[in-house]
Amino acid sequence: MMVPLRAVPDVEEPAATAADGGAGRGLELAFDGVTKAFGDVGVLRGLDLTIPAGQFVAVVGRSGGGKTTLMRLIAGLDSPTGGTIRINGTARRGLQPDVRLLFQEARLLPWQRVLSNVGIARGPGWKERAQALLAEVGLADRAGDWPYVLSGGQKQRVALARALVTEPGILLLDEPFGALDALTRADMHRLLTRVWRQHGFTAILITHDVAEAVALADRVLVLRDGVVADDVAIDIPRNARAAGTPRLAELERRILTAV
Amino acid sequence: MTVEATAGLENGTLATAAAGPRPWRVAWPDWRPLLLGLALPLLAAAGWEIVVQAGLASGRLVPPPSRVAAALWKLARSGELWPHVGATAARVGAGFVLGGAAGILSGLAASYSPLFRRLVDPALQGLRAIPSLAWVPLFLLWLGIFETSKVALIAVGVFFPVYLGVMAAVLGVDRKIVEVGRIYRLSGLALARRILLPAILPALVVALRTGLGLGWMFVVAAEYMGASEGIGYLLVDGQQLGKPDQIIAAILVFALLGKMADALLMALFKPALRWQDAYQGGR
Ligand SMILES: Nc1ncnc2c1ncn2[C@@H]1O[C@H](COP(=O)(O)OP(=O)(O)OP(=O)(O)O)[C@@H](O)[C@H]1O
Ligand SMILES: [Mg+2]
Repeated sequence: MMVPLRAVPDVEEPAATAADGGAGRGLELAFDGVTKAFGDVGVLRGLDLTIPAGQFVAVVGRSGGGKTTLMRLIAGLDSPTGGTIRINGTARRGLQPDVRLLFQEARLLPWQRVLSNVGIARGPGWKERAQALLAEVGLADRAGDWPYVLSGGQKQRVALARALVTEPGILLLDEPFGALDALTRADMHRLLTRVWRQHGFTAILITHDVAEAVALADRVLVLRDGVVADDVAIDIPRNARAAGTPRLAELERRILTAV
Repeated sequence: MTVEATAGLENGTLATAAAGPRPWRVAWPDWRPLLLGLALPLLAAAGWEIVVQAGLASGRLVPPPSRVAAALWKLARSGELWPHVGATAARVGAGFVLGGAAGILSGLAASYSPLFRRLVDPALQGLRAIPSLAWVPLFLLWLGIFETSKVALIAVGVFFPVYLGVMAAVLGVDRKIVEVGRIYRLSGLALARRILLPAILPALVVALRTGLGLGWMFVVAAEYMGASEGIGYLLVDGQQLGKPDQIIAAILVFALLGKMADALLMALFKPALRWQDAYQGGR
């Protein structure tokens, strides 16, 4: 079962919106009046926005605000109640081969060793691909291990390798680092930034942590009451963010107020 | 998170023990609990043997171990035992395969199809409430006194635990893991083979073992109701001829066969459950 790789590079889009990221393989994502209700509870009440190919977007919002719901709509695990989601201009229908999702828990299959987990989609040459991706996330020597022996951070790195093995155009990350300690989390941030630059996918990261959002993203969306309450561009080069500029602090404050 | 941490810790302890100065401790199974568990029955048997040998009791109704062993030896050496073993094993085997297959298929159907579940499950639950031995006269009437009725009775005994176990296992499969399969667009077959089957396998094995145990229980009943062959026949024969040593010998054979069948089943599934062994390594 071959997972189709995108054959046509996105020539109509600029390589990336951010000056310092994106290799140009990402897909554009557009929401057109998207709503989602469970019963008569409206969780998303009309999203209209465009995420350019290759952009790194962070989504922050209160617990229960519909962030996970949004991710599941993009991945095609659920369908919107109203409106359309377009990927590179085409309305999304069903599960998307180009969209991968990293969950809060790694969700590795306990009955498969690490390599088989990474190569879950199989297809020709999957072992070599999986091994290469494991090397990329720094776990080349753990290919033969059972998932249960890995630490939480290692599990998430395996999950990241698994998501990247089919070269997704969009990578969704639903608080995948929430359960990690601060040091491991910083490692994961570096790793994520690196693979994002290398692979050039469009990244959408859900997080509770505003500092994490402004450190990693080109743009932060604040989801509140089912709409995008604020849309903040982080117009600071990534290498200048760690130091913490006044501008960064100001953006952080603005986001915190909006949430 | 806590579970994983605990498992990791236990595993760490194990690893330390293995690296310790006395690795043979880990390499060999620890027989001490087994010996301790055997101490009481062995002591009782030896005590009874002494009491009978000393002439303090006749041991006519409760034969001493030596007499049971002699009866068993005689049955085995004369070759009389093996047709009985063969007949009983064949009945349990046939009943287990039929009842197990029916249980797996209807368990799967009930868990996949809500319609099947609503239509068939209440009836099955109702039938399950009947003590299965109550079927015996009906089965004898319908299926005759020969093999068919015996195998059918055993199959009924095997069916219910397998059906319930499979249904519960499939309904209990972690939706989150199934979602992973969907996101990676596994085909229906790949999803079944690589995610659903491994996910239900541990519970399936438990269900099959329970079913097999009931199969052994029911074969006794079936053979007790009338058979010219089988370990159960040895029981009846021993009762009618007043040979308690033969009865106890037959009971021992039942216990041994049951244990061996269970071990065989476990060995059959062991390769597929390796991941679980590893997971529970510290326990
Ligand atoms: N399948 C469902 N059926 C009914 N209600 C649901 C379902 N999924 C989500 N909800 C509801 O939708 C709302 C948004 O849930 P969602 O999981 O998207 O929140 P979230 O922003 O991801 O929260 P958190 O930050 O805590 O993860 C919640 O009130 C939740 O109860
Ligand atoms: Mg969530």
